[in-house]
Amino acid sequence: MLTKTDMMALTPVILVCATAITVMLGIAWRRQHAVTVLVSAVGLNIALLSLFLFGELGTVRTPMLVFDGVTILGMGMVLVSSLACATFSHAYLDGYPGAREEFYLLLLCAAAGGMVLTAADHLATLFFGLELLSMPLYGMLAYTFRDRNSLEAGIKYLVLSATATAFLLFGMALLYAQTGHLDIPGLVEGMSGGVGPWALAGVGLVLVGLCFKLSIIPFHLWTPDVYQGGPGPAVTFLATASKVAAFIVLLRIVEAIPAFHGAQAQTLLAGLALLTMLAGNVLALLQANIKRLLGYSSIAHFGYLLVAIVVADKLAVETGGIYLITYLVTTLGAFGVVTLLSSPYGGDDASALHHYRGLFWRRPYLAAVLTVAMLSLAGIPFTAGFIGKFYIIALGVEAQRWWLVAGIVLGSAIGLYYYLRVTITLYLMEPGMQRRDAPNDWGLRAGGLVVLLLAVLMILMGVYPAPVVHWMSLLSLA
Amino acid sequence: MILVWLILIPFIGGLFCWRAERWGDKVPRWIALATMLLVLITTLVLWWQGDYQLPKTGSPEAVRWAIEWHVPWIPRFGIDIHLAMDGLSLILIALTGLLGALAVICSWKEISNRVGFFHLNLLFILGGVVGVFLSIDLFLFFCFWEMMLVPMYFLIALWGHSGSAGKTRIRTATKFFIYTQASGLLMLVAILALVFAHHASSGVYTFSYLELLGTPMSETFAYWLMLGFFIAFAVKLPVVPLHGWLPDAHAQAPTAGSVDLAGILLKTAAYGMLRFCLPLFPEASQAFAPVAMALGVIGIFYGALLAAGQQDVKRLIAYTSISHMGFVLIGIYAGTSIALQGVIVLMVAHAFSAAGLFILSGQLYERVHTRDLRLMGGLWGRIDKLPVFTLCFVAASLGMPGTANFIGEFLVLFGTFPVAPIVTVLASVSMVLAVLYSLLIMQRVHFGPPQGEVHFSGLDWREYSMMLSLVALVLFFGFYPQLLVDTTLAVTNEVHQLFTSGAVGAAIQSLAEAR
Repeated sequence: MLTKTDMMALTPVILVCATAITVMLGIAWRRQHAVTVLVSAVGLNIALLSLFLFGELGTVRTPMLVFDGVTILGMGMVLVSSLACATFSHAYLDGYPGAREEFYLLLLCAAAGGMVLTAADHLATLFFGLELLSMPLYGMLAYTFRDRNSLEAGIKYLVLSATATAFLLFGMALLYAQTGHLDIPGLVEGMSGGVGPWALAGVGLVLVGLCFKLSIIPFHLWTPDVYQGGPGPAVTFLATASKVAAFIVLLRIVEAIPAFHGAQAQTLLAGLALLTMLAGNVLALLQANIKRLLGYSSIAHFGYLLVAIVVADKLAVETGGIYLITYLVTTLGAFGVVTLLSSPYGGDDASALHHYRGLFWRRPYLAAVLTVAMLSLAGIPFTAGFIGKFYIIALGVEAQRWWLVAGIVLGSAIGLYYYLRVTITLYLMEPGMQRRDAPNDWGLRAGGLVVLLLAVLMILMGVYPAPVVHWMSLLSLA
Repeated sequence: MILVWLILIPFIGGLFCWRAERWGDKVPRWIALATMLLVLITTLVLWWQGDYQLPKTGSPEAVRWAIEWHVPWIPRFGIDIHLAMDGLSLILIALTGLLGALAVICSWKEISNRVGFFHLNLLFILGGVVGVFLSIDLFLFFCFWEMMLVPMYFLIALWGHSGSAGKTRIRTATKFFIYTQASGLLMLVAILALVFAHHASSGVYTFSYLELLGTPMSETFAYWLMLGFFIAFAVKLPVVPLHGWLPDAHAQAPTAGSVDLAGILLKTAAYGMLRFCLPLFPEASQAFAPVAMALGVIGIFYGALLAAGQQDVKRLIAYTSISHMGFVLIGIYAGTSIALQGVIVLMVAHAFSAAGLFILSGQLYERVHTRDLRLMGGLWGRIDKLPVFTLCFVAASLGMPGTANFIGEFLVLFGTFPVAPIVTVLASVSMVLAVLYSLLIMQRVHFGPPQGEVHFSGLDWREYSMMLSLVALVLFFGFYPQLLVDTTLAVTNEVHQLFTSGAVGAAIQSLAEAR
């Protein structure tokens, strides 16, 4: 039975669901783009506030969900990225000819799914959260469906995601067959007598399902096309909230389930990490489309993050938290600029690199934000990204995983090439070609303010990371 | 607090320059010049007032630094913002201020587009370099070390010269960045491994230089960590197999970029070796010394030989830098007091002579619009005083007695002889090659058959005073190097002692193994 504490812990999720319902009813009553955005933003903000209020409760375990430090962090990140996406889509969808309001409904549902996923303590909630997160994303990716690329992105994600879900479900079934439990503590208990072959297969299949969401190589094939084709705000959500939530649930099950701690499983995970960070960076080298490039870059970053999964100790949780935060802020900033330049909606997004030539001389602050984001992704000191990279390397060194450390160093060196390519493009002389531009008053609109705020955060976390570091050092899994 | 201001002044000045562009091209230039002069004057005042010949006593903490500033930054890992100044850093910061001012002056006419942003980048580089010289927290040091690459990248990529086909300036800049950043990451790994080793033995996380000195480690482990540091510094110095970025970067950077690169950025590497690589790993460095000295000798010959074969003035000077840095590397790893003093004098002298030559080739380019030696010749008498100044700096560069370069090279060779006589002999032989390439510059640019009859405009007072002050400095330190030696005596003695103790430690270990 749910107690009062349980209800309090659940409040943020309930608030987001309530906002979704309000938005739905509002749309049925009268279509108003601005009001819809406002209601969504207010709802998400209240949920965020309640998260801070109830974060003091300590660890709360409801029958299917667990609320610990990591959950609070994950929910916070999902909420922040949903908020950013909502403001970006306000600018982006402004000129969209079709219905605009439903996008926020989908966004809110996906946010609720992400929040459930970060708290999942039971395979049922894991599945439920993952699907609630993915289903609206199909719609969001194909939202501007008159554009062939967007439709293609949505369908591609749908088909491949369904396949991954099938793997996940099969894995869960095998786990159940072996242990007779679906809740994670039960699974751990069921495997205490030794990991049987079916459980091992099940764990492997679950891993495949989650790796697909994180686009770990070799399950990454959907990523570039979907990133390129989807509308800006949807891709922003996909790259941030969706990945963060999936990563947190992966961290949770890998830490808990003993089947992942064997030597072979560790080697497998380390191999995946190494492959992902290297291949992700190499594949990004020759991209001429910034959204594709960011897609490959996010693959590489989750390769680095897998190091935290491989090591899986106390410092690993801290590292995961730090890296996710820096990744979130940076990626939101980068995609925010892309989205702002593509808005209001006018067909294809401004995503070819040549759209960005000379941006600094037209829009210095917007280009400065993208520069900071690129440097942060590359991990240059005094940006947030460096703190993340510092932690990952520290973790590898501490665990004496020298191969992984070598992979990170090599991957970063390769990655510099394309980050610098994007950066320098912003400063080159303007050619006479037709170009995309943000509206003149971008800096005063919500989206612009969010992007500027993110840039300030990137610098601030690089220059004065102590508060974030302190917060993360208190982090632990229940 | 004065140390923080030394770092912050260039950064703040840079931001002002950027925003001041709206009031015309002149304003950013004057702001940048004022900023660098402020740094220079502050440092000189500190030099005048402070006592840098601190006696070494039993408790190093008390008197180790002339000025110190310390606040916690990331308490979780014991990372502090810990700035400190001693004789070595003082001299190098004064050098930074001086060359920074020269870099601003020499781009007065050369840079005409996006002046504000150019000076922002220039000053950010210099701010980063000052940070490198002042940080004694390894994390902070690393941050500055990597951070200064970004503005340098912009400087080369945006205001550089396009090279020959397939060698665009962006490519060059990227190459420079990847070389230094990747090697820097190796250093980060080494720093972290050192910190965790220290944590394992003492239970405390710290990145503080003084506390990490003498961290107990196994021999092989220390050797690997030392290599991590060494490679990072060796790329920047540059040591020969890792020098690939340097000639391109120099050839394609604007004059101000070359001046900074040769004058200051290469010195950060030598500084890093003196300050971190040797003291932190004395035994491993002692074991590595023969290899390092061999690399130094190879660098001297390689740089000199390739310099003689270049067709591009700036590439030629870049290769001579490689040759000179070979001497620096030998001196550092010889580790005797005299050799280390020689290294410091040579670093300062090379900064002056290389900066002078790069500024001159910039002025030459502004007049004849080429850097190709085949298209020059017979310029003596056709460009006013410029060839005369070239002769002065070429003489300095080949180590003519009376110039500071001579003192530096002489002290390095003198100090190396007791430790490694063969290396000294080989390095001395290479002096002949130095004469060769130096004379080639003069012969091919200023003498020889003239390629035309045009008389070019002479030096204006800005160029003239710049050159004159550099010549004066080269001669001043050539006749009175004691000033540099006195200021850095405490540092060179300390490094020498640590290094010898490393030799003793290694000897004891090998004895123990022999038994």
